[in-house]
Amino acid sequence: MIANKVRLWQIYFTFFKMGAITFGGGYAMLPILQNEVVAKKRWVTEVDLLNYYSIGQCTPGIIAVNAASFIGYKLRGLSGLVSATLGLMTPSIGLVLLVAMVLRQYMDSPYLQWAFGGIRIGVLALIVNTVINMWRGSVRYWRDYAVFIGAALLLFVGRLPAVGVVIVAAIVAFIPNFSRRKRL
Amino acid sequence: MIYALIFWEFLQIGLFAVGGGLVTVPFLFDLASKYAWFSNQELTDMIAVAQALPGPVGINIAAYAGFYTAGWGGGILAPLSEVLPAMAVVYLIARIMNKWQENRCVQRVLRGIRPAVLALVLYAAWMIGQEVNLNPKTAALFVFILAAMHFYQRNVVLYIVLSAIVGVALQI
Repeated sequence: MIANKVRLWQIYFTFFKMGAITFGGGYAMLPILQNEVVAKKRWVTEVDLLNYYSIGQCTPGIIAVNAASFIGYKLRGLSGLVSATLGLMTPSIGLVLLVAMVLRQYMDSPYLQWAFGGIRIGVLALIVNTVINMWRGSVRYWRDYAVFIGAALLLFVGRLPAVGVVIVAAIVAFIPNFSRRKRL
Repeated sequence: MIYALIFWEFLQIGLFAVGGGLVTVPFLFDLASKYAWFSNQELTDMIAVAQALPGPVGINIAAYAGFYTAGWGGGILAPLSEVLPAMAVVYLIARIMNKWQENRCVQRVLRGIRPAVLALVLYAAWMIGQEVNLNPKTAALFVFILAAMHFYQRNVVLYIVLSAIVGVALQI
């Protein structure tokens, strides 16, 4: 039994590797995780992994980190969870700090300024695209439209901080439905 | 003292940003207006760099914002503080996995806040939009990139690199 235990450093380095080679965040990591921890290492099953993802996107925090935490926990409990999470974060933090230091030196270059001018627009398009993609799964009933509009008013007009908006929405979620849920 | 503040603020982001790395962005704009840590434009550039580097985007943004605020210590402390609540929540859920999936009260809250999270992300788009000069060149690039992203779901990094190249070529 003990001989079969996955070692903590193996968990750490497996997730370190995935953190270093995945570009584009949570969902880009799913196929890489499937290949590494399901197909090659057989640490978890395909169904487990998809479950972790669906729970990971509706719990606090970053989806990829949550999925890694679940896998780590399944292998070695709390210490496995911590190893997986730290492994996934280490290359990110290291690389970002290096790039941040280098960029600080060259930020005056006109080429870099132009590049960032373009990238800002790309990031804007990315976030608008995220809103479009999330819309289908999140806003379906009259009640959802009401919460969406209410939250938007609190943010844009009421200038309530994001934390406050989430708390208000969580409280509103307990108000019972007076009519049956209707699709718009 | 700055470290205690970073810890506390990023801990809150980790607890309240439900739905992934980009959902942390509106919370960071709140920090930009609350403290003199970074401007809205600097934050927009950090998000851009974070997207173009490997690793979970939320971690990258937190590390960059922390570094900008308080150097190396901040860069390590901010992402660690941000994942702490998630680790605690995952630990609890993993211990009571089946009960969690059946817990209607929890499900109700998580389903109920999703439209509000959407409004938060829209707010982030609005804040980033403030940092872009609207002219025919930028409008065309925006429409082109958005359409490409929407209809050809390729890796995000591809579009970031493409935007940078167009930015230099058109001197945006």
